[in-house]
Amino acid sequence: MSVELNASNFDQFTTETSGLALVDFWAPWCGPCKVMSPIVDELSKEMSGVSVGKLNVDENVELATRYNVLSIPTFMIFKGGQVVDQFAGSMSKQVLKERIEKQQG
Amino acid sequence: MHSVIILGSGPAGLTAAIYAARADLAPLLIHGPQPGGQLTLTSDVENWPGYEHGILGSELMEVMKKQAARFGTTYKEGWVTAVDLTHDPKKITMESGEVLEARAIIIATGASAMWLNVPGEKELQGKGVSACATCDGFFFRDKHVVVIGGGDAAMEEATFLTKFASQVTVIHRRGELRASKIMQQKALSNPKISFEWNAEVLEVLGKDVGHVTGVRIRNNQTNQEKVVETDGYFAAIGHKPNTEMFKDQLETDVKGYLKIAEPFSTKTAIPGVFAAGDVADHMYRQAVTAAGTGCMAAMDAERWLETQQA
Repeated sequence: MSVELNASNFDQFTTETSGLALVDFWAPWCGPCKVMSPIVDELSKEMSGVSVGKLNVDENVELATRYNVLSIPTFMIFKGGQVVDQFAGSMSKQVLKERIEKQQG
Repeated sequence: MHSVIILGSGPAGLTAAIYAARADLAPLLIHGPQPGGQLTLTSDVENWPGYEHGILGSELMEVMKKQAARFGTTYKEGWVTAVDLTHDPKKITMESGEVLEARAIIIATGASAMWLNVPGEKELQGKGVSACATCDGFFFRDKHVVVIGGGDAAMEEATFLTKFASQVTVIHRRGELRASKIMQQKALSNPKISFEWNAEVLEVLGKDVGHVTGVRIRNNQTNQEKVVETDGYFAAIGHKPNTEMFKDQLETDVKGYLKIAEPFSTKTAIPGVFAAGDVADHMYRQAVTAAGTGCMAAMDAERWLETQQA
């Protein structure tokens, strides 16, 4: 299952997650975000070793600014609190999955 | 083997799916790299009949997808990298390597926004270079952005972006706009919008700092170069049909659009291969015309499949 992120749980989620943490930066007005949302949900169920969180940038402007998000959907993969990969736009489930697997080594 | 495989998930592909599914053809629809198509990048769709006050593009596509599923359409994520339309059954190769077979194919792969392909543009995607003004305008509150282009789409994006940005500079390579009078007036009278005329973009700047800081432009009349400082870069220079993988098997016009073999049909030159929506339409390019030809393609496919059984 994916976790709804906000200012109070974001840092804990990205630093204390064992394995990888994938964060999906999204907003309600963003069409491609709506397309990606179910794909992200499916991956959260299918993949092990990765925790998936979603951050609504409209309600969490400060976090979006802190991570210099300028486009949505943006995906960031965290490992021990560090951003190890970052990319934006819609993509197939397969591509997103491979991007995560690459970080799992 | 499938009776019908539909390539593309915009209004053309999904309408074809609704009709094909209702004709008991159990179509398989392949989403492609931009599920839902171009409408997912727009905000309100005001000209789709039946929605008096408009509907959000992504919502419309979601509903269409559910509607097609209700009648028995199955969906496949991912996209196609190669097709073999010249043999029966026709073969579709997915990016995962999987090969699918179908008797009939409906091509509804649509069109994609074009880029200038100048240095920095690709590298700074998602870092100030945006493919979706309605998605990303929010991040440029009180900032300066540039919009490239001089058509309706460029004027619409520029006008939309003034909701957020403090200043929008339209960079256009000609000395006048192509846009319709009403869109021109809207943009020209907006105090937040300024223009760089006769200007060619040479480079998007900011690779060194990881986000867009400006664009280097050259005036094509005086040859003078200068840098326009900006935080965001939006290109609205038109669309190109997604026909690259069909080009050696199907005829296209000079702009790359698929050619329809028979008037008032969606038939291509290959029996059992049909084209619907923007991929074969350089004239209208509307959601509703795409849906219309999607319906035609499904009916054409159904009739063709019937003749094959006899």
